[in-house]
Amino acid sequence: MEHVRGFFAAERTDDLKAVGSSRLRSDIAGHVTGKTQFYADRNPRGMLYLKMVRSPHHHARIKRVDASAALSSLGVVRILGHSDVPANIYTILRLIQVEPNDEPVLAVDKVRFQGEPVLAVIAESEAGARAAVAKVKVDYEELPAVFDVEEALKPGAPLVNEYHGHNYFTYESYPFRRVRHGDVEKGFAAADHVIEERYQSSPIEHAPLETTGCIVVPEANGRLTCYSDTQALFFTLDNAALILNVPFQKLRMIGGTVGGGFGGKVDVIVEPIAMLAAMLTNRPVKYAYTREEEMQVSSPRAAERIYIKDGVMKDGRIVARQIRLYADAGAYSRHSPYGTTKAAAHMPGPYTIPNVHVDCHCVYTNRTPSSAMRGFGVTIADFALEVQMDRLARLVGRDPIEFRMINAYRDGDMKAHGKVTDGAALVETMQAAAELAGWRLSDWAKRQSSLKREG
Amino acid sequence: MARARGRGVAAVNYPTGMNLGGDPSQALVHATTTGNFVVTLSSVDLGQGLKTVMQQIAAEALGVPVDTVIIDTADTDTGPHDMGTFASRSTHRTGNAIVMAAKEAREVLLQVAAEELEVGAADLVTDGKGNIHVVGVEGKSISVIETALAAHFKHGRTVSGRGMYLPTRSYPDPTTGKMTPANTYAHACTIAEVEVDTETGDVAVLSLKSAYEIGRAINPRMVEQQIVGGAWMGMSHALYETTEPYYPDRSHGPVDFNEYVMPGPGDLPEFAGVILERPSHDGPFGAKGVGEMTANAPIPAIANAIFDAVGVRVDSLPITPEKVLRGILAKEGEAGAS
Repeated sequence: MEHVRGFFAAERTDDLKAVGSSRLRSDIAGHVTGKTQFYADRNPRGMLYLKMVRSPHHHARIKRVDASAALSSLGVVRILGHSDVPANIYTILRLIQVEPNDEPVLAVDKVRFQGEPVLAVIAESEAGARAAVAKVKVDYEELPAVFDVEEALKPGAPLVNEYHGHNYFTYESYPFRRVRHGDVEKGFAAADHVIEERYQSSPIEHAPLETTGCIVVPEANGRLTCYSDTQALFFTLDNAALILNVPFQKLRMIGGTVGGGFGGKVDVIVEPIAMLAAMLTNRPVKYAYTREEEMQVSSPRAAERIYIKDGVMKDGRIVARQIRLYADAGAYSRHSPYGTTKAAAHMPGPYTIPNVHVDCHCVYTNRTPSSAMRGFGVTIADFALEVQMDRLARLVGRDPIEFRMINAYRDGDMKAHGKVTDGAALVETMQAAAELAGWRLSDWAKRQSSLKREG
Repeated sequence: MARARGRGVAAVNYPTGMNLGGDPSQALVHATTTGNFVVTLSSVDLGQGLKTVMQQIAAEALGVPVDTVIIDTADTDTGPHDMGTFASRSTHRTGNAIVMAAKEAREVLLQVAAEELEVGAADLVTDGKGNIHVVGVEGKSISVIETALAAHFKHGRTVSGRGMYLPTRSYPDPTTGKMTPANTYAHACTIAEVEVDTETGDVAVLSLKSAYEIGRAINPRMVEQQIVGGAWMGMSHALYETTEPYYPDRSHGPVDFNEYVMPGPGDLPEFAGVILERPSHDGPFGAKGVGEMTANAPIPAIANAIFDAVGVRVDSLPITPEKVLRGILAKEGEAGAS
């Protein structure tokens, strides 16, 4: 890949030795010859397998659970319910003071999405665990469910998550994350054109080659070693210790080699319950998602609905931008309150707009909880923002790249969230991409720089 | 049947590290008596090449050959705390921690070498090939391994260092949204070229050409791999993927790779890219995070290229052939009616 060294040459020295060299990745030979050891390559003696009994309903009250037939099923060692989990209710981001705890490790008296874990079956073999899962009888009373983010916010909508008391996350007493910069109404009034558009995405799977999983081994000294493909060892360790109500030093996480993450392995779902199973049986326990669980039960990228209203001048300047974003968190918070704030912080995109008004809603619905995924908060926002930019460029009759250059942020510009821009380079990437693709730019566009704004 | 071509553009920026900061990483570095340097972390390599990037950063900051740096990760009993591998943070956060640890270790290394060579430490330079030279004195040098041995057996010193990077956490003003989401932003622009089959609505992506400004490419080849892999994921997000094909209806969710469709090798476009470097003021050697953002610009660039080709806006992802075809038919209907 070519370095374009002409840009920003004055800000850079090119005298490094190890940095900047394209050496071969140190672990690639192991990966392509199958020699790399992943967590699942361990096979400790006496290992048990954990499989979940999952809710077939989107929203239902649990009336009765009968695990007697499953308990006497061949090879079943133990079946865990919510009362076996020392601190069953948690939320992952409590480690950075996000409240409230809103999710059970195992369902208590209600299920809030299809696939929610109700009981954990631990057996001598995977097949035995699966067979026992099928023998568990759960009586449910189905409840009305809500799946649309705007429907969920209407009065009278079914309440998804009682820990919040309403179908949205609360940001320091506000029902959404706000950004206020200038006065959008004045901006719209002064604009030559005002347009509003609606954008929508659907949930997306991380699709790693290696599904989420772990193997927990109880050690002779009373500690637990957890071999995991988590993206964040201490995040998992800390949350697991809180759920199990054990001292942090009782747990040891080993990982570091993962077959694809993309954000899907930042949740802390498989480790705590597998650790509990290992503690209670004093045997190694493996809990690994099947591909079906990875696709339908583990958190996807949130679906988002984004409304963008823009006021633009005939000369191409955007003078006001109002955004309403709904992130579909599904039944539980996981990382969605964080992602929704990240979306708000990203607005109005890398453009300098004097009047900006942003409301980003983190909304609960009866679907699989969404969570972290590559660029969440930004990826779908960029889809909406950049399609909107194309519309605006055509509306005012400007080349799409030049239209972006008119509005692109420059060093020294004030951003909507109140920080002064520095280190900007949007203009230059557009110039370089245009050159690469043979997209003709005007002399004006070629002269533009991120260092200062030229009239 | 007709095939219509179009091209579209998108330009984006992306913050490096956890939004609002407050995400620490630590690193410990020590020299063994074999002349190796062990960098102990609890960072996770997801397949993106973290171990190699950290090796290169450590080697550069220590002034030693890359092959003599061993990355030891990830075990919570031995590795110092790291927030995790996400939010395009590891090259920046963990990289910074390694630079700090390596500087401390290098200082000891040069002090010991200075005593061995009977010169001042300020007069020493490393050549990155395993030797420490006295500036301006031809032939007066000592190897790193000799220095490490001397430190251990003669001087009774550890050649080691501790590194920590913690960006200050920002708390947003709940009313105005005033905050510091990040201090470092990378940039990208993608130009997509597509061909739309107006009979079926099928979209073929012909090329994705991108420019990325990422501060400093620690390993340009691996940056390229991120850009190509991310462009593939972006294309897949744009045209193929969802776990809920009738969202918000919850039914018909795919459960395997037969049902969850993604572009295969035959669907891949031409990828081309260039790298720009405007070093960040706070990254290791100016580096910014490039991991996540590489999926972002291709999505709207493809959507805009489809509009350029057939005049149809599809504002919901994924942009399936069905949606494109319905758009084309609706447009033809309008044209027929007028």
